Amino acid sequence: MLDGAKGPAVQRAMDLLVRYGEALGAERLVDTNNVCATVGATTPFIRDYAAQHPQGLDAVFSEFSLDSAEVVKIPKVKAYTSHLQQGIDPAHAAEQGVAAELVQLYRKGESYLGALGVQLLNTCTPYQVGNVPVKGEHCAWMESSAVIYCNSVLGGRTNAEGRESAGAAMLTGKIPYWGYHLDDNRRGTHLVEIDIEVLTTADWGLLGYYVGEMVQERVPVLAGVRRVPNLARLKHFGAAASSSGGVEMYHIAGVTPEARDLDEAFGGAKPLATLKYGAAERKLAWERVNSTGRDAQVDFVMLGCPHYSIEQIWEVCQLLEGQRVHADTSLWIFTPSAIKQVADRNGYTKIITDAGGHLMTDTCSAFGRVMPKGTKVAAVDSAKQAHYLPAIMGVQAWFGTTADCVQAALTGRWSGRLA
Amino acid sequence: MNKIVLHGRKVVGGSAEGEAMVTRDRISGWGGIDPRTGTIIETRHELRGQSFKGKVLVFPGAKGSSGWSSQFHVARLAGAAPAAMLFNEMTTKIALGAVVTHAPAMTDFDRDPLALIETGDWVRVDADRGVVEISKK
Repeated sequence: MLDGAKGPAVQRAMDLLVRYGEALGAERLVDTNNVCATVGATTPFIRDYAAQHPQGLDAVFSEFSLDSAEVVKIPKVKAYTSHLQQGIDPAHAAEQGVAAELVQLYRKGESYLGALGVQLLNTCTPYQVGNVPVKGEHCAWMESSAVIYCNSVLGGRTNAEGRESAGAAMLTGKIPYWGYHLDDNRRGTHLVEIDIEVLTTADWGLLGYYVGEMVQERVPVLAGVRRVPNLARLKHFGAAASSSGGVEMYHIAGVTPEARDLDEAFGGAKPLATLKYGAAERKLAWERVNSTGRDAQVDFVMLGCPHYSIEQIWEVCQLLEGQRVHADTSLWIFTPSAIKQVADRNGYTKIITDAGGHLMTDTCSAFGRVMPKGTKVAAVDSAKQAHYLPAIMGVQAWFGTTADCVQAALTGRWSGRLA
Repeated sequence: MNKIVLHGRKVVGGSAEGEAMVTRDRISGWGGIDPRTGTIIETRHELRGQSFKGKVLVFPGAKGSSGWSSQFHVARLAGAAPAAMLFNEMTTKIALGAVVTHAPAMTDFDRDPLALIETGDWVRVDADRGVVEISKK
């Protein structure tokens, strides 16, 4: 493939993989048939490049997905590939303040990528809508919250790939055999002894935010989890741990697939360090994640980071049904488009819109830089979004439970506190 | 003149020199930098508000989003990339990020660059030879 026999795009892809593999110090590549990537041109910065470049989407793919300044014709993908987030929700362009040209670019990208064989799941949670790796499956995924879920909860094997390596993997079906593809690197390094109950998705977000900051890019092992957490809780835990730190894999003793017990989680070795997580650590995490929140008047409530499950939408609907979102506040909820179809069918979309909120797909506020005009203070139930939104959009962010956030949407005031 | 020499492994080849910008905080790419200016934007980062454009960036490693590489890629296209990168912890984020930044990058040093290099020092990086020369400010 490196000699160009499979065409110039595949040659560029292999060239990038070789440069990347050498940078890592990887000995070889491994076959993969499961790639998750953002390829679309609707994200900020890249949309301007696409608008200006005469060769359009092939130019965007060449530069941003293959690190090739020379524009090459992109062939159909070789590996099974799911698209992650886009930069906009075309069905809510007006609310998101998105220009008609950008919606056109989105549609153009949709037919371009669809024809290449990219599955347009358009979500940060591909594992919620059909891409569920099997234990031991070698993957090449982007999206830190999906990477950590794939490795830890499903037992799939992936490193946090980037746009260029995932682009190269799509065209070649190869990725460096390094990091979390190898058994030895998947074992736990740090023991986290939990001595309080961790209940809500917000609780799991706080735990993840604390642990991520403490262990950075290592592999924490949670002990003392008394109730088996569900998908939404682990989704929020992983998203938080991969934002405050760089955690790509964790174990929960007795719960996750490579940790029947602590001994298996650590591969028989001793932890490098042991951390404690009790009421004081939970409070510290809450203070850190709320470090930008000052004003009680909330302009914007954003839910669905990572994209909400149907269960989470149902939960919000029960809190919201028959009431009205405050006149000075907006409520936006993000979910994969496949889940929105179920929400439409269940009547949940109507409950949300009747209350004055919006159920959106494809993107989120931090990723697409989309917020209601004039937002100064946002409220979120995601530690990840609370971490990134103030840095990216210059707003204050309050973090609390889903119920705190719905309450803020109804009253226009933040009244969440650490329960 | 007080000169220190470090030896390490090439991540991306080439040579460059510039003023050092040193941090003990790991750096987030997506949501951690403004790639148009090379400015650190992460809320609780010790370098918040400062730009690494044209500097020799010395840091422990990468954290956060998998958009790390694409943000440094955009920084290169915007002319706001660092002149060189020296770091301790290898991850896929930083390896790919360094590759697409097209600036010399090194890791696996014989001594800790975070302990020996201070912000403002003048640093020459020859990644092909695996040598870093530090002139103290």
